Amino acid sequence: MPQWDLANADCILVMGSNMAENHPIAFRFALQAKQKGATLIHVDPRFTRTSALADIHAPIRAGTDIAFLGGIIRHILENDLWFKDYALNYTNLATIIEDAFEDPSRNDGKFSGWNEAKKSYSFESWQYEGEFVPSSLAEHFVNTTESFSDQTKRLQQGPTPKDETLQHPNCVYQILKRHFAPYTPEMVERVTGCPKETFVTVADALARASGREKTGTICYAVGWTHHSTGVQMIRAAAIIQLLLGNVGRPGGGILALRGHSSIQGSTDIPTLYNLLPGYLPQPHGLKPHHTLQDYIDHETTPTGWWHNFPKYIVSLLRAWYGEAGKTENGWGFEWLPKIMGDHSQNPMTLAIEDGLIKGLFLLGQNPAVGGSNAGLVQRALGKLDWMVVTDFAETETASFWYKGKPVQAGELAPKDIKTEVFLLPTSLAGEKAGTFTNTHRLIQWHDKVVDGPGDSRSDLWFVYHLGRRLKELYRSSADPRDLPIRYLTWDYPVEGEREEPDAEAVLREINGYTWPDRRQIEDFKDLQDDGSTACGCWIYTGVFPKNDHNQARSRKPDGPDGPGTHLGWGFAWPSNRRTLVNRASADPAGKPWSERKKLAWWDAEKGEWDGYDKVDFSTQKAPDYRPDWSKEPAGMDALSGTDPFIMISDGRGALFVPSGLKDGPLPTHYEPVESPVKNPLYGQQHNPTAKIWDRPDNPIHPPGDPRYPHVLTTYRLTEHHSGGTPTRSVASTAELQPEGFCEIAPELARELGIENLDWVVLSTPRGEVETRALVTERLQAFRVDGRLVHQIGMPWHFGWNGYATGDIANVLTAVVGDPNTGMHENKALTCHLRKGRLDRPGKGD
Amino acid sequence: MKPIRRRTLADHARGFLRDWSLPRQFRGESPYSDAAKSSGSARLRPRLEEADKVGTNICPYCAVGCAQLMYAKDGTLIHVEGDPRSPINQGTLCPKGAATFGWLTSELRMSKVLYRAPHSDRWEERPLDWAMDRIAHLAKQTRDETFVHKLPDGTVVNHTLGMASLGGATLDNEENYLIKKLFSGGLGMVWIENQARV
Repeated sequence: MPQWDLANADCILVMGSNMAENHPIAFRFALQAKQKGATLIHVDPRFTRTSALADIHAPIRAGTDIAFLGGIIRHILENDLWFKDYALNYTNLATIIEDAFEDPSRNDGKFSGWNEAKKSYSFESWQYEGEFVPSSLAEHFVNTTESFSDQTKRLQQGPTPKDETLQHPNCVYQILKRHFAPYTPEMVERVTGCPKETFVTVADALARASGREKTGTICYAVGWTHHSTGVQMIRAAAIIQLLLGNVGRPGGGILALRGHSSIQGSTDIPTLYNLLPGYLPQPHGLKPHHTLQDYIDHETTPTGWWHNFPKYIVSLLRAWYGEAGKTENGWGFEWLPKIMGDHSQNPMTLAIEDGLIKGLFLLGQNPAVGGSNAGLVQRALGKLDWMVVTDFAETETASFWYKGKPVQAGELAPKDIKTEVFLLPTSLAGEKAGTFTNTHRLIQWHDKVVDGPGDSRSDLWFVYHLGRRLKELYRSSADPRDLPIRYLTWDYPVEGEREEPDAEAVLREINGYTWPDRRQIEDFKDLQDDGSTACGCWIYTGVFPKNDHNQARSRKPDGPDGPGTHLGWGFAWPSNRRTLVNRASADPAGKPWSERKKLAWWDAEKGEWDGYDKVDFSTQKAPDYRPDWSKEPAGMDALSGTDPFIMISDGRGALFVPSGLKDGPLPTHYEPVESPVKNPLYGQQHNPTAKIWDRPDNPIHPPGDPRYPHVLTTYRLTEHHSGGTPTRSVASTAELQPEGFCEIAPELARELGIENLDWVVLSTPRGEVETRALVTERLQAFRVDGRLVHQIGMPWHFGWNGYATGDIANVLTAVVGDPNTGMHENKALTCHLRKGRLDRPGKGD
Repeated sequence: MKPIRRRTLADHARGFLRDWSLPRQFRGESPYSDAAKSSGSARLRPRLEEADKVGTNICPYCAVGCAQLMYAKDGTLIHVEGDPRSPINQGTLCPKGAATFGWLTSELRMSKVLYRAPHSDRWEERPLDWAMDRIAHLAKQTRDETFVHKLPDGTVVNHTLGMASLGGATLDNEENYLIKKLFSGGLGMVWIENQARV
């Protein structure tokens, strides 16, 4: 949903985010909603400016969000507060699940399908009765190497098995009720520490923002994703919103508040290991991805929009390998490298430490500060043969060889470190042209106004000219393994004395054009799987629909009396749709649920969908369309006129997820991998599928370890940005937040004899840091099972370079990850705290 | 030569009465426009008056996507402000966004390529072209030494596990596209990641 749409909400729950401080401009819309009468709720371990501006602040112990959200789901179901016409028609609430499915309450905290030897699940028992349902994710069948493409064909033979009366004991409704039954207000209080009265007030306020006339929004940020259960926290929010009918409607939805100017763009056009542009899976060496046909057979879903998958991969291959791609060689599919497992940042750190990785490009990232177990990161960098850093100033990572932890501690001297380091100055936005994609999928162009100083160049320049040199070096190679670099299309025009590549030419390729005559394509419906179209990222088609029309540069907002969808401002993927699943803003018959919450509707006279937004549905599919099962319909033909979730195989919002998640079809409360307490809900302590790299250089605390009694949570500040270089190097922001600190509650400070501004030392077996104490009531202790658990907060932006400095919080954190995303768990771990300073060689006062 | 006439106390008093807004407000002038003007404010000129170039920019910090206007004179940046047309920020910027001018003009910015040789204890300045040639040479050498065409079971993987790339979330879509295309589609690298998981 667009951020400005928050102003249309009747209730806003901000959880896993300190929105007022970290996304202040977006928070204006939350305040506008509040001024119009919406209830604003903040659930967070800390009392922040977001809490101060909210109607309700509900404090919880860090890492217990699923217990809280599970309590809300139970409250909605037990009190029959869900939006029946919506949930029955648009979700899989009535769908019947296999008999073999078993809830974690029957297996001491694990779902059916657990394989103890592999420490992973198989998904057969989570399926719809008699069917195999592929996930809408790029990785359709995670953790498996078997092809399910034959079994999934069943989806084309008839509607999914349902019991619309909701009486069947294994329909999703009954499973949800049983699964969340233990999440009572009393249990919520016991696990989270939030008083049950406060919890019930929150649940009621949220449930009231539901129905034809009302909607509510949930906003989250990395306070949810940075957990070993992060994906399931967001899943819990999705269940709440689907039950309340708050998806695809004005003022409804889930808003992810992301943290970098193009972090959405770099996910869509992924500099990520497991994806190709447009959420296509990177081919995998252990899956049936041997040839293009194998890959297409394995990854194409029989029903739903993803049935168009072959068009997108073939068009991508055409864009990358041009004329060298032919039908006979699968358009060059074999030249794409195959991944072998998890190649994300956490295992990358370990692979550098272990000597597997020899060379590293760092393009605007600062892992010596931002990487988990940052001391290990800094040591590992010394194992590299070479490292290239492109940035605007010297980062901590670039200076690891003379200022890093092992050098400062006297363990190593620069002469002991072999790494050859290049630090190239870069141009910033304003000194180069291109697009960013913001957190609500809005692609916006920025102009080049001035040149970057001296030898500064854009990363586009760096990659283009590196590629040009490499192609030259490989030009005369006859080795088959050098074909990909030789054949890679790389004919971008350059301009000016600096030979800057034309960013618009790259965006035209991302948008896609016909092959070989290069006419721009206006919509991804026109892409083909026969080599007649080339497209760098299918979901971006339409951003550059004509050779001279860059829609990302369009700046035409709606006037005060306009619909407020601002279709003329930039371009939102896909096809300029501002709110996904907006077919659900109309009832099953195609009429808006209410005049107040109108967005898209069926125009029977014209025989097409109309609305204030571009409809996220087949534009001419009538609400009364039903698949003709006798013809085994495929793709969109298998979805009826009332199935709004077109990217999902059955077109229904997934309350229960039959495949695609590695840790279960439903969110379940597990304690963080490092927790001061035993899991009060199940025998299973932490997420059984969590990625834990427990090795001597990355030790993990056992639950309840008395040496590390406090909960530590890391966070961000308004004045600083992530790894900190872009704000610690700027005078105004550095002056506003000049040095590192940690926040400690007064009770804990009294207990340890710590005064405000005293030096304190925080430690874990990964490392220790010293910083100043900020003693504040913004943090509070919780009584969990009779024990007082204290929480400490520490911002993680600081480092040794720039004007604003401080110890690196990530020296304390561990290489531990969510099983689905590999994201670390730096929002909830345990630590030791003492008054005093570290004994550091050469330290002044 | 005409003698310099210094301002007397009476001149100051006349000036004050002329600029004092209260009597003018009593006469009905608006405190937000005419009555707010003084001889001092009349002499002030907008900082942007001399700009010879303006461009639209998007804030380089978080993912909210606030639009900015950037002004330059003679190829030098002189001002950055929120774009009032944007439906996202309507002209506003937060403390980070408002620091964009400070970021682009920071004294800590580098303008030369720095190089640290193996085992050296210092940075050295090097020409950009030299660095690019050397980086291309090292990338080729590492790729050639670590490239795997087929696994022992015959599966074609065409990859190298010997090189990695980190970063992209602060870069343009076009930059991310070329990074993925060259590193994955061209060189066969699989360790390609950015801040999306951090």
